[in-house]
Amino acid sequence: MALEKDIKEEVQKLTAKDFVSDQDIRWCPGCGDYSILKQVQSVMPELGIAKEDIVFISGIGCSSRFPYYMNTYGMHSIHGRATAIASGLKAARPELSVWLVTGDGDSLSIGGNHLIHLLRRNFDLNILLFNNQIYGLTKGQYSPTSEVGKKTKSTPLGSIDHPFNPLALCMGAESTFVARALDREPKHMREILLRAEQHKGTSLVEIYQNCNIFNDGAFGGFTDKQLKKDNSLYLKHGEPLVFGAKEDKGLILDGFEPKIVDLTTGEYTVSDLWIHDEKCRNKANILTRFFDDPSKENALPRPFGIFYQEDRFRYEEALYEQLETHKQQKGIPDLNKLLAGTNSWEVE
Amino acid sequence: MTQVQQKLEQVTVLFAGDSGDGIQLTGTQFTTNTALFGNDLSTFPDFPAEIRAPLGTIAGVSGFQIHFGSVDIYSPGDRCDVLVVMNAAALKKNISRLKERGTIIVNTSGFDKRNLRLAGIKEVENPLNNHSLEGFKVHEFDITKLTRESLKDSKLGTKDRDRSKNMFVLGFVYWMYNRKIDSSIDFLKAKFAAKPEILDANITVLKAGYHFADTCETFSNRFEVKPTKMATGSYRNIIGNQATALGLIAAAHKSKLDLFYGGYPITPASDILHELAKHKNFGIKTFQAEDEIAGICAAIGASFGGDLAVTASSGPGIALKGEALGLAMMLEIPLVVVNVQRGGPSTGLPTKTEQADLMQAVYGRNGEAPIPVIAATSPSDCFTMAYEACRIAIEFMTPVFFLSDGYIANGAEPWRYPKASDLKEINVQFAKERSQDDPAYLPYKRNEKFVREWAIPGTKGVEHRLGGLEKDKETGNVSYEPENHEYMVKVRAQKIAEIANHIPEQDLDNGTEKSKLLVLGWGSTYGSIKTVVKELATEGIDIAHAQIKYIQPMPRNLGDLLSKFDKILIPEMNNGQLITLIRDQYLVDAKPLNKIKGVPFEAREIKEAILNMLKN
Repeated sequence: MALEKDIKEEVQKLTAKDFVSDQDIRWCPGCGDYSILKQVQSVMPELGIAKEDIVFISGIGCSSRFPYYMNTYGMHSIHGRATAIASGLKAARPELSVWLVTGDGDSLSIGGNHLIHLLRRNFDLNILLFNNQIYGLTKGQYSPTSEVGKKTKSTPLGSIDHPFNPLALCMGAESTFVARALDREPKHMREILLRAEQHKGTSLVEIYQNCNIFNDGAFGGFTDKQLKKDNSLYLKHGEPLVFGAKEDKGLILDGFEPKIVDLTTGEYTVSDLWIHDEKCRNKANILTRFFDDPSKENALPRPFGIFYQEDRFRYEEALYEQLETHKQQKGIPDLNKLLAGTNSWEVE
Repeated sequence: MTQVQQKLEQVTVLFAGDSGDGIQLTGTQFTTNTALFGNDLSTFPDFPAEIRAPLGTIAGVSGFQIHFGSVDIYSPGDRCDVLVVMNAAALKKNISRLKERGTIIVNTSGFDKRNLRLAGIKEVENPLNNHSLEGFKVHEFDITKLTRESLKDSKLGTKDRDRSKNMFVLGFVYWMYNRKIDSSIDFLKAKFAAKPEILDANITVLKAGYHFADTCETFSNRFEVKPTKMATGSYRNIIGNQATALGLIAAAHKSKLDLFYGGYPITPASDILHELAKHKNFGIKTFQAEDEIAGICAAIGASFGGDLAVTASSGPGIALKGEALGLAMMLEIPLVVVNVQRGGPSTGLPTKTEQADLMQAVYGRNGEAPIPVIAATSPSDCFTMAYEACRIAIEFMTPVFFLSDGYIANGAEPWRYPKASDLKEINVQFAKERSQDDPAYLPYKRNEKFVREWAIPGTKGVEHRLGGLEKDKETGNVSYEPENHEYMVKVRAQKIAEIANHIPEQDLDNGTEKSKLLVLGWGSTYGSIKTVVKELATEGIDIAHAQIKYIQPMPRNLGDLLSKFDKILIPEMNNGQLITLIRDQYLVDAKPLNKIKGVPFEAREIKEAILNMLKN
C-alpha cells in the first residue's frame, strides 16, 4: 500500500463549497468553531487531495461535531478516543489524509493518555485541538486548561486544579509538530493548517477558541484590538522575536531565561534578538513555557505559530517497512504451510 | 536390555514443580512428542500468576497435566496415574490428584529442610519418610545431583546446570513410555542455536535421564500407549490461543483483507498477539496499544478503513472496551472481539479459568446493544470459531464476541487441520464508487439480511459521516426522531437475530431426543461432558449431550430440541449464566451444575450430578 496520497486530476477543481456537508450547523451563534470550520473548508481545496481521501475524526464535545459539517469521510466517535481511532485508520490506510478534531476536555482530560501516545508514535495526521478552557457541551464546568480559581457550576468556590500547559505537554510527549493558532486570526490559522498538512508526522495545532456562552473572552488578551499586539508573539522561522503595538519589544535569551527587551531605548536592536528556529527543541521548550497571564505585569507574550517541527520516522512508515521486510524474508504467505506448522503428521 | 512392555489404553501424567523448574517446557515437549507419536491427547497447564512466585512454596507450584491414549481423549483427565514432583510443595499441592496406587516420581533434593519448611511441612512429617505415601508406587531420585553429575565436564555454572534438570525428568518419562527423544533434541537445537554450551548441557541431561531410567531398574517394564486410530487426514498439535490466531489469519487470507490487531497485553490472551506478530509476512498489522480502550478503538479505525479488525483481551480488559463496543455496534462495522476468559470478578484469578463473562458479552453495554456471541469448545475449535467470528462480523457488519477461556487457550490437542481451499468462503463487498448523477448515497440502507454496506474512505461518491449518536435509518445523519430511534433499535436487533439463519442448527453430540436427560454445555466444558456421557454409555445409561457454540443468537432449532427433554442439566464454570439465558428464552426448567474453583470440571463431578438427577 502506498504511503503517499495519489494526486488526482479533478482535485484542482474543488472549492470550499465542495467541502460543505448538507447538515445544519448546531453550534451556538457566535461560537469560535464557525471560524475554524470556515478556514478548514477553505484550506481543503489547496491541499490537492481528493475529497474521498480525506477523513475527519472527532471525539465528544462541541468541537467534535465538526465531521458532520465536512463533506468528506468522517466519524464522530466516543469521548477522548478519536486519537486511538485515527491511529488505527492511519495504520490501515496510510495514504489517507486524516484530520482529528478534539477539544481540551476530549484530548487533555478523558483522552489524555491516547493523545500522548499518538504524539510519540508520530502517525502522519493532523490534530486540531480546540481549546476554549471550558466544558461547553455539558454546560459550563471547568476543564483541564481552565485557570486556577475559575468559578463554574462545578467549582462555585473557584477551581483548585492547576491547569495543563497543552503545548508543553505535547513537547514532553515527543511531538514532532507543535503549533498554536487563534479563531480570530483566520489568515494566520490557514497558514498553520497548510503547514500542518505538509508535515509528515503528527501535527498538533492548538487553536484558542472562544466559547461565548460559558467562557466568553477567555482569550481577550490576545484578540482585543487594544491589547493583542502587546500580548502576542507571532513566530516566524528564521526571524527575530519582535512584538508589541509598535513592534517595539523583542526577546532575548539570557542563558535559559527569556527576557523582554525594549527596542526603543537604543540599548538593544533587532539584530540582538532571539531568532526563531522551529528545528530547535530546547528553544521550543522554552517558548511553550511562555504561559503567563497576559494581565500580569511583565508577562511574557503568548506565542502563536509553529513552535517546533522535526522530521522523524512515522509509525505507519516503519510498520509497512516491517511488513515488507518480513515478506521478503519469509516469502509469499502460504496459508496451507502456516496451518500445517512445523510438526505435522499424516493419518492414512 | 529387553523389557516387558505393558500396554495401556490411556494415561494421565502430571508434572509439578516450582515455577522456575521448567515444568511448562517439560509438559509442552512431552505433548509435542506424544502428538507426533500419534496419540490423542488433551493438556491442562496450571501455573501461578507471579512470574517467579516465592520459591518452594505452594503458591509457587506450576503444573502441567497431560492425558493421552490409544483411545479418543476429550479432557486432560480428572486424576493422574503418574505424578512427577520436583519439590515438597508440588507433592503437597497435588497428591490429592493422584489415583489410588498411582506412581510418584520424586526429586528428593526438593525435600530437604528448607523445601519442607517452605512447603509448610514439619521435618518429622516429611512424606518421604512418614509412610503417608504407602498406597502409592514411589520412585525417589536425587534429580539435582544426577543432573550435576551428568554435567561434571560442562563449563556452565551450577545455576545453569541445575536449570537443565527438567530435561532429566523429560528423558526419564520418555523412556517410561517407550518414546524417541528426537523431537526434543530438534527443539533444543532450534531454541539454543546461539548458546552451544547450554544446548550441549540440555541434550546431555536429556539423554542422561533417558539412560538412567533404562539402567536404574526402577521399572520392570516400560509402558506402551499405542497410537490412536484417528480419522484420515493431516494432523498437528495445537494450543488454543495459537488456533485462535491461525483462525484470524485464515479468515483475513480467505476474505482478501488485511488483518489488523489492536490490543494490550493481558493474561491469558497475550499469546494471540504473540502468535500474530510472528506472521507479519501475511500482512498482519499488530498494534500494541497504550491501553485496552486504545486497542479496540484502533481496531475500529482500521475497520472503518477496510481492514479485518480484531481486538483480544480477558474480562477486565473487555470491561474497559465496553463503550467502544457500543460504538462499533452503532457504526455497524465488522470487528472481532476475543475474550479469553479468566477467573473474575475484578482482577480475579488471572491464570485460572472460568466461564463467567458470558453475561458481560451478551449484555455488558449501555443501551440496547446486541452483539453476536460465539464460543469454542476445545483448543482446536478455537480455529473454527475465530474463523466464524470473522465471517459473521464481515457478512453482518457487526462486532462479534468470540469467547475462549484460560483452559482451552493454554491447553493443547491434536488437530486435523483443514486445507485453505476447504475453508468457507467469506465474501467482502465494499460499496462501489458513485458519480454525481447517481442519487445521494444512503450509508444505512439495508439489504434483505438487514445489513448495511461497508463504504470505505478512498471510494469516490460515497463519502459519509458515522458516529455514536442515533442516526437516521437511511442517511445516517444524526436523528432525534422518536419513531426513527425505536425503528433503529429494533432493526439492529433484527439483524443480529437474522444471523440464526446463517449458522449451523444445534445438533446432539451424543444420545437422541429419546434420551432421559440432556446435558447442555457451552464452550470449554465440552471435553469433560463428552467423557462422562461416553462412560455412561458403556454402563448402559443413555444421556444426550448438546454443546452450544452460538449463544447470541442461539441456533434456531434449539427451542424445539430442548422441548424434547424432561430433564436438562447445564454445567458451567460460573454461578449460572447460560442457564439464565436458556430459562429466559425458552422457559425450560433446566438445572444448574456450577463449579467456580478456577479449574475445569472433572468428569466425575458431572457424572455424579447426572446420576443424582436421574434418581429424582
